[in-house]
Amino acid sequence: MSSPSTASTSHASRDDTTCAGSPPRQPVSGRHLWQQALNQTLPVMFGYIPLGAAFGVLFTQLPLSPWLGLLMSLVILAGAGQFLAVALLGAGAGITEVFVATLLLNSRHLFYGLSLLERFRAAGLGKLYLIFGLTDETYSLLASLPRSGERDDPVARRDDQRLMLRITFLNQSWWVLGTLLGLAAGQLNFDSSGIEFALTALFVVLGIEQWFALRERWPFLLGLLVTFAGLWLLPKDQLLLGSIAAACALLLGQYHYQRGKQPPHGKPVPRDDHPPHGKSGARQTRHNQASEHTTP
Amino acid sequence: MTTLHALLLIAVSAGATFTTRALPFVFLSRHSAHPLILHMGRYLPAIVMVVLIIVSLSAMQLPDLSESAHRISAWRSWLESAEGAGMLVAAICVAGLHLWRRNALLSIAVGTGLYMAWLQLGGV
Repeated sequence: MSSPSTASTSHASRDDTTCAGSPPRQPVSGRHLWQQALNQTLPVMFGYIPLGAAFGVLFTQLPLSPWLGLLMSLVILAGAGQFLAVALLGAGAGITEVFVATLLLNSRHLFYGLSLLERFRAAGLGKLYLIFGLTDETYSLLASLPRSGERDDPVARRDDQRLMLRITFLNQSWWVLGTLLGLAAGQLNFDSSGIEFALTALFVVLGIEQWFALRERWPFLLGLLVTFAGLWLLPKDQLLLGSIAAACALLLGQYHYQRGKQPPHGKPVPRDDHPPHGKSGARQTRHNQASEHTTP
Repeated sequence: MTTLHALLLIAVSAGATFTTRALPFVFLSRHSAHPLILHMGRYLPAIVMVVLIIVSLSAMQLPDLSESAHRISAWRSWLESAEGAGMLVAAICVAGLHLWRRNALLSIAVGTGLYMAWLQLGGV
């Protein structure tokens, strides 16, 4: 299901060739954008329908009416988050538990938002929906969309946002459709034991995609180390939260250790300070401040 | 579990999910290029994926090891049980298939089908 990222790069190159030579910029037609979004979300559809169905089937095991499961896919829209919510609902968890567990499980979304701050800027009301719909898969699609290169062109920017909205909407539609199928399958008493393994498989696939993107071994070793330590030491219900929190702490420590080791004037900092415009201006000022901190 | 209580928990879960997605936009839109944030954003997803793989592998049938007096034997019996071994085999198949073909749909479908067959045919 992270093939969205690979798939979309291939779409990207195709789109570049088809839409390249049109100097007077016209807004792209809505129909063309829907077509483009559909192409991009196709791999997500194939992943989300079985996964949403797995969620739907799992939900039918709760003594609750099925429409609540549909509601979850409409208002939560988080694969792992919804599976966790089913587990917590089944265990009769309290409000605080659900809130903290969901917050920590989804804390990786914090970092998705960071790299899309610029892309989502000035998306108006649609921005709220873009943020709401920021799942792993939607993120991987949006983050790998071709950058038009003309960030100041309002028409290109607007088209970019229209496309992002359509992708987010289609992805949620696949998820909701899968949920409906799963809820129905649960009613039919179809033997689905083991289907929840789709989630594990998804994580394995996303982990391998992370490896292809990063090509550094230590984060994976750190993850292994931290989780096995957690398996050894922590009660089962605190394993996920404890491991991610420990990983965060170690990462923070590693960052400070690394900076402490850096020579004070190791890297020349580019200093062409044009008026803070967009991301690059902010980056420059932050970088300068940060390097002043490390100077002994 | 009443419907009202379930609705409340769903609302809380939805709120927490939206909060994690919205926080950077609320607080960090001016600091998006701080090197620490870039560092965390670069490496945390990979770590989290590894954590999630292991946690989801262990979530279904693993005994609570922290309360077991014999952790090694608890691990061994998990591996020897049909579910534990099947899960591990299926996960290795997913990884192998994905490294080979790099087709997410194929990897997930085959792995899940394999695990379902393993469970439903009684763990060969």
